[in-house]
Amino acid sequence: MFGYEFMREAFIASTFIAITAGLVGVFVVSRNMSFLSHTLSEIGFAGASFGILIGISPLAGMILFTLISSIAVGSLSTESSRREASISAISSLFIGLGILFLSLSSESSSYATNILFGSIVGISAKEVHQLMILAIFVILIFIIFYKPLSFDSFDHIGAQAAGLKTRLLSITFLVTLALSVSIGAQIVGSLLVFVLLTLPAATAKYIVHSVPKMIIVSVGLSLIGVWLGLYLAFITNWPVTFFISTFEVIAYFLGLSYKNWRLNH
Amino acid sequence: MIKAENLSKRFGNQLVFENLNFQINDGDFISLVGPNGSGKTTLVKIIIGLEKSSSGTIKTSGQTIGYVPQFRNIDSDYPLSIEQFIRLNLKVTLNPEKRRQNNNLINTILQRTGLTEIKDRPLGLVSGGEKQKAYLAQALLNDPKTLILDESTASLDVEVKTQLMDLVQELNQKYHLTVIFITHDYDLTKKYTKRALLFKNKTIEPIDVQKVSKDMFEMEG
Repeated sequence: MFGYEFMREAFIASTFIAITAGLVGVFVVSRNMSFLSHTLSEIGFAGASFGILIGISPLAGMILFTLISSIAVGSLSTESSRREASISAISSLFIGLGILFLSLSSESSSYATNILFGSIVGISAKEVHQLMILAIFVILIFIIFYKPLSFDSFDHIGAQAAGLKTRLLSITFLVTLALSVSIGAQIVGSLLVFVLLTLPAATAKYIVHSVPKMIIVSVGLSLIGVWLGLYLAFITNWPVTFFISTFEVIAYFLGLSYKNWRLNH
Repeated sequence: MIKAENLSKRFGNQLVFENLNFQINDGDFISLVGPNGSGKTTLVKIIIGLEKSSSGTIKTSGQTIGYVPQFRNIDSDYPLSIEQFIRLNLKVTLNPEKRRQNNNLINTILQRTGLTEIKDRPLGLVSGGEKQKAYLAQALLNDPKTLILDESTASLDVEVKTQLMDLVQELNQKYHLTVIFITHDYDLTKKYTKRALLFKNKTIEPIDVQKVSKDMFEMEG
């Protein structure tokens, strides 16, 4: 399968996507932001169609929209109850805009399908390079802020009490989340990128009990998911996203069963 | 020593308290009592530097203060073990010697708080009393000279309350830790503390706990 250039590109891109999503996912789950990551994916769709409409790349459009909206959400409120409402309001607006932009642009509907559902053939060598640079940037941010971000994500109240700058950490996190959504959507599609941003980390939460171990398990499950998905998509010609989401969902339920089994033994 | 002089706090037009004057000496074990909404937590936030006072001064002589907040978001799915939860408050270091010191510190604190045997259990699955001990242990990590407990005993049953307070008393007596205990619990106040600061009519007054009747305490606190 690596005889084809597009498969090599897709493999490299997916590897970086899986590492970023698996890492960021641990913090998405611990900060209870699964809903936001889902919404950012939808906003990413609007951004990509905006990019097509005005003639910049879909990735640049996605980054623009997800960054603006994640910072807007972060500034509107850090209170979770109000945040949910803010997210709904912002996402409604952006999805509407996405549909408008797409209908105004001259691109065919298959292009929209690619943005929404992902594709392994759609990615060029240049896009892979952009994606790698963004992924490395996200990973670096996490290495630099690892300790305070862990404290704030796993014990927000304790971090506040210890005098950490939690608001700054929250904005930093939202920026990296926006970038991760934009990166991930290139292969998995904007509609299902949140699968990689939530399920592997949620599974990890059920089987290990420290932050570093959660990151290892989460990144591992993401990697297995995308590699297996690429391989199966290649031999069956079925959509890659189907295999990735099926694998991650099965892993999630196995993790949940393992936790329940441990509780009873 | 913590000393407040003419300390006042307003949120906009809303006066929380005014002209607080009090002193808490090193090694004191005092309670801070008063009705809900009287400004206890606001005062604590000013003491630890999370809020600014509107006027007046508070001096803490630059000491480290450990604060155990009233509420935590720990549900039964919370993934971290007790030890990993406590470790969240550690500073990051790549120096092997510092890492060794950190490990020793964690072990000492686990021992002092009686958590060594259950350190690997997920925090989400342990009892309310054990959770409170873990919160306490996390706050002890920075080697504070003063410890502020915000209603830490509120949701515990009597036996567990006593266990936790015995532990706090031991820390106070053995390690000369100053303790500020925010509470509504008359029995615990009377048993463990000599002095209390009572929030009343937007200001604070020192009371002798032993001389205050339970009725009066409950009416006012």
